[in-house]
Amino acid sequence: MRVPIDWLSDYVEVGIGATELSERLAMTGTEVARVLQHGPPAPANFVVGKVLSAEAHPDADRLRVCSVDCGEKDPRTIVCGAPNVAAGQTVAVALPGAVMPDGTELGEAKLRGVKSSGMILAEDELGIGGDHDGIMVLGDELVSGMALAEVFSLSSEVLEPEVTPNRGDCGGLYGIAREVHAATGAPLSAPPWADDPGASTIGSTPAGISVTVEDAALCPRFTARVFENVTIAPSPIWLKARLAAAGQRSISNVVDITNYVMLVSGHPLHAFDLDAIAGGELTVRSARAGETLTTLDGEERELDTDICLIADADGPTSLAGVMGGSRSEVSDQTTRVLLEVAVWDGANINRTSTRLGLRSEASSRFEKGLSPEGALEAQAMATALMLELTGATLTDGTLDIGGEGPAANVIRLRDARIVSLLGTQIAREESQRILETLGFTVSAADDGLDVTVPHWRRDDVTREADLIEEVARIHGLDSLPSTLPINRTGRAGGLSREQRLIRRAEDALVGRGLCEIVGWSFTDPQICDKLLLGSDHPLRDLVVIENPMSSAQSVMRPSILPSLLDAAAYNMARGAEGCALFESGSVYRGGRSEEGFAANEHHGLGAIVTGPVRPPSWNDAQPPTARIETAHALVSGVLGALSIEWEVEDGELPFLHPGRTAMIRTNTGLLGWFGEVHPAVATAWGIDQPIAALAIDIGRAAAQAPGQQIFNDLTSFPPLREDLAVIVPAAVSAASVVACITEAGSPLVSRAEVFDVYSGEQVGEGRVSLALHIDFAAVDRTLTDEEVSPIRDKIVAALKAEVDGELRG
Amino acid sequence: MIERVAEIQKQAEAEITAASSSAALEGLRVQYLGRKAELPQLLRDVAQLPPDLRGEAGRTANEARQALEAMIETAAARFEAAEMSAALESDNVDITLPGSPAEAVGHHHLLSATRREIEDVFCGLGYSVVEGPEVETVHYNFDALNHDPAHPARARSDTFYIEGGGDGPDQTLLRTHTSPMQIRIMEQTPPPIALIVPGRVFRRDSDATHTPQFHQIEGLLVDEGVTLADLKGTLLAFARAIFGEGRELRLRPHFFPFTEPSVEVDVSCFMCDQGAAPDGGRCSLCKGTGWLEVLGSGMVDPNVFAAVSDHGYDPNAHQGFAFGLGIERIAMLKHGVPDLRFFYENDLRFLRQFG
Ligand SMILES: [Zn+2]
Repeated sequence: MRVPIDWLSDYVEVGIGATELSERLAMTGTEVARVLQHGPPAPANFVVGKVLSAEAHPDADRLRVCSVDCGEKDPRTIVCGAPNVAAGQTVAVALPGAVMPDGTELGEAKLRGVKSSGMILAEDELGIGGDHDGIMVLGDELVSGMALAEVFSLSSEVLEPEVTPNRGDCGGLYGIAREVHAATGAPLSAPPWADDPGASTIGSTPAGISVTVEDAALCPRFTARVFENVTIAPSPIWLKARLAAAGQRSISNVVDITNYVMLVSGHPLHAFDLDAIAGGELTVRSARAGETLTTLDGEERELDTDICLIADADGPTSLAGVMGGSRSEVSDQTTRVLLEVAVWDGANINRTSTRLGLRSEASSRFEKGLSPEGALEAQAMATALMLELTGATLTDGTLDIGGEGPAANVIRLRDARIVSLLGTQIAREESQRILETLGFTVSAADDGLDVTVPHWRRDDVTREADLIEEVARIHGLDSLPSTLPINRTGRAGGLSREQRLIRRAEDALVGRGLCEIVGWSFTDPQICDKLLLGSDHPLRDLVVIENPMSSAQSVMRPSILPSLLDAAAYNMARGAEGCALFESGSVYRGGRSEEGFAANEHHGLGAIVTGPVRPPSWNDAQPPTARIETAHALVSGVLGALSIEWEVEDGELPFLHPGRTAMIRTNTGLLGWFGEVHPAVATAWGIDQPIAALAIDIGRAAAQAPGQQIFNDLTSFPPLREDLAVIVPAAVSAASVVACITEAGSPLVSRAEVFDVYSGEQVGEGRVSLALHIDFAAVDRTLTDEEVSPIRDKIVAALKAEVDGELRG
Repeated sequence: MIERVAEIQKQAEAEITAASSSAALEGLRVQYLGRKAELPQLLRDVAQLPPDLRGEAGRTANEARQALEAMIETAAARFEAAEMSAALESDNVDITLPGSPAEAVGHHHLLSATRREIEDVFCGLGYSVVEGPEVETVHYNFDALNHDPAHPARARSDTFYIEGGGDGPDQTLLRTHTSPMQIRIMEQTPPPIALIVPGRVFRRDSDATHTPQFHQIEGLLVDEGVTLADLKGTLLAFARAIFGEGRELRLRPHFFPFTEPSVEVDVSCFMCDQGAAPDGGRCSLCKGTGWLEVLGSGMVDPNVFAAVSDHGYDPNAHQGFAFGLGIERIAMLKHGVPDLRFFYENDLRFLRQFG
């Protein structure tokens, strides 16, 4: 909304500059986004002139040399190019020294040899509309030399307040004026609808028109007045100038009046050409399925049954509260006008304008919820202007369906409650003063004030807390003390165990040189193809956004891997040789979560490493390239930090290299995977080198991490260590060899770990040699060779029997 | 013989003292104490002396040998240390070469680092940290938080809805703030409570100052007798912890559906003196206003308590405050990041500067 200060001053005597006013409003709850300048920066040197003569220019066909009386001793010579300039006109003149709206200062000029000391102005030169067809012709009653600023709003600073959604009453200048009054103490004038020229018509219904409201919930009040003998014409310059300053185009006197009254009262109005209302009857009803309506902007709109419309005998003629229809709009031929001022259900209007993608000055006001009483205020103000500016006569009667809103609410405002909510005291007299400046009616009560809410705040102020806010915001919060609350929760606060462990896991990766990224939760549905997911792969059960900003951001990521690949591709396209990245964040899948939340979300921790596993250096020029074992080591590091026991299991994931895919298994299920990204997937991201990757459901990992650790005596009885090399078929996994040893040597084998792998001639085709450290230990004694020797034999036998293993060397 | 021993000892001592290297010393050791040297020979000869002389001669010779051995050892130790340090000194490398194999340095993302920093401040004030789902329902995201049915935030132009997400209060959407957790927690935990909710939120907005996903931290404290002044004190402690001692707060009245009264909170700019930069020009961080808008907050609206009145919250007895801040905004202000885009581009040259 735009608030020209010049116009605002009709209702409140603003005694301070625009900047100070903006600050004051900001500190009382109405942020001012900007202060603009409308028209010339200053009104000086703009005056009324009388054209005494207009002669043809001796050397230019299209120019006239005019003699203009500007109220000075001698008339001025002004060269003018407008086709409509003529002797006898009263015109607007800019004298040399005048600063135009674009900032240029007008000087004396010579036009084709004739000196011109001033300029006769067209509307667009003052920022009033786009009319450059000719100069502005003013009323003859104006005196030459008079300041133009006294004729119309020539120049004004314009505020752009951001009205909060609860303040439907601030959708008009008078509402803002009331805020200014409360915020600055500037005197407030009576509202411009105080005198209703049509007051006597209230109580009867105008003849020749019938209105039916089918659903009072959608239309709490519908009022109408009928004007006859209307002459449609351009608006007077003062009206055009005001609308222009408020950012609105002038259309015609009747339409301009509806806009003008809306801008002041905040209540939208609609003018029908009464003769275009088929059958002289209007029905307010819900649209029927398949009905269409061509709105004033020329668009044909398809309606649904939740949309409220106004129909005549021929069907829909207006989209209630949003936009009129072209069939019944006021035209140059209109002589009878039905002026409708109604109140519509805010939620319904909001839904309609969203559904149709059509926001208008009217809908944005109605959706905040307007008071029924405001309808007749707007009628009163509009009636005065219709009579004054269009030559109209008012037909007897004011149609009114629905009437006024519910009786005013009276709320007790207790002094004690102010202190308990704010933590500081505000004197009762001060509260009373503030509430009265805002239009509340106040009377004394035992423990505070009884406050009657005015109709324009009916929906917004309904409780004691709302009154306290009103008092506090106007009183100001500068003197509010700063205190710390006593924390009586009985809890120490802090991070939960799971949150601490997740930090630990992230720290483990940072400590290993990885950089954390923050990716988009949104992704492209084509990600599924890019990840080579089969048509029935469970990851295709996506969380899909109904109203995405673009198709590339229309689903929620089903895996954390694509975000990491995006970041890797971004950096490698910018010269990085490789990268080591991780992300800790949400992953989304269809279906409900275990906790019953609306989607199956989990906290994922993913990492990728590609290129050298560490930065090359002067004696380590070619560090190894990241491979599956790089990912494996990171998984060990992360889960080790969380003391989680886990093992590797074979698995298949479409986006991983089929020979280099591993699942992370714990005793409660699968916790994630690691491996190398499938080369075709890597290529889809433009990366042509191995990518080690891992993903862990870190939320679940943290939840199942062992709790408090209990002391184990591992020092009193040191283990007996033996190394053992065993040759097994290549298909036998390292893990199964370890499992075989641990089981055969149970319970005395405390650790078995592969430290070397060899394949080659010495071990034979299709076989591999694994070297292992084995620790034998007992909790209550130091083991002797004699005790271990038979166990060792048992292990050797088990290796032979279970994994076709034979001792090497 | 005793005289001879004394002579040998004297001569040897002089030569040991004069020795200039461990090699020379080793020569002296062989010369005086070696198997064929005179002093050991004398010691062996003691056996042939008459019994009454053996005692003294033996002792004298032995003492001399031990004295020389000790002297050589001491001198040898001195030489060894000196020679080793001479050898080590010549065995030098260019210490300015980088460490190798190189250790990559990892980093937390600036948003994570900032989130942790803020979490830690409130943990210190006794708050618990709770997290909740990002796919939420209309009930938790709007209805229970006192959003009017026509509140513009509900519009499809502002909020992402989930396809097939149903209708009415159970309709699913991407949460537009972390505030739904206020309700979820109050449903589970009776008052008093003090908690913060960090997390990712979504709004249908994309321009120079908005990204459709961003991160918030929401705070909520509920008890009897909690005041707006308590809110101010809490946020002042936060502002000073994050932006430095000496910060001041300014509360500007505003409107949020779930708080009443509602205030926007400004922190005094830490880059300037009331809007004037050190060079005298207009401060670019606060645009010369001297204040930085950091968060929105207010006293919990009684209607919010009414929505959880079955769980021990009484709109007439309980009061509380809530606040919500943008992690991106705090990070940008604190670290001078000029553009939101940097947070989601994940350019390593950006990431490596922080965390
Ligand atoms: Zn500053």
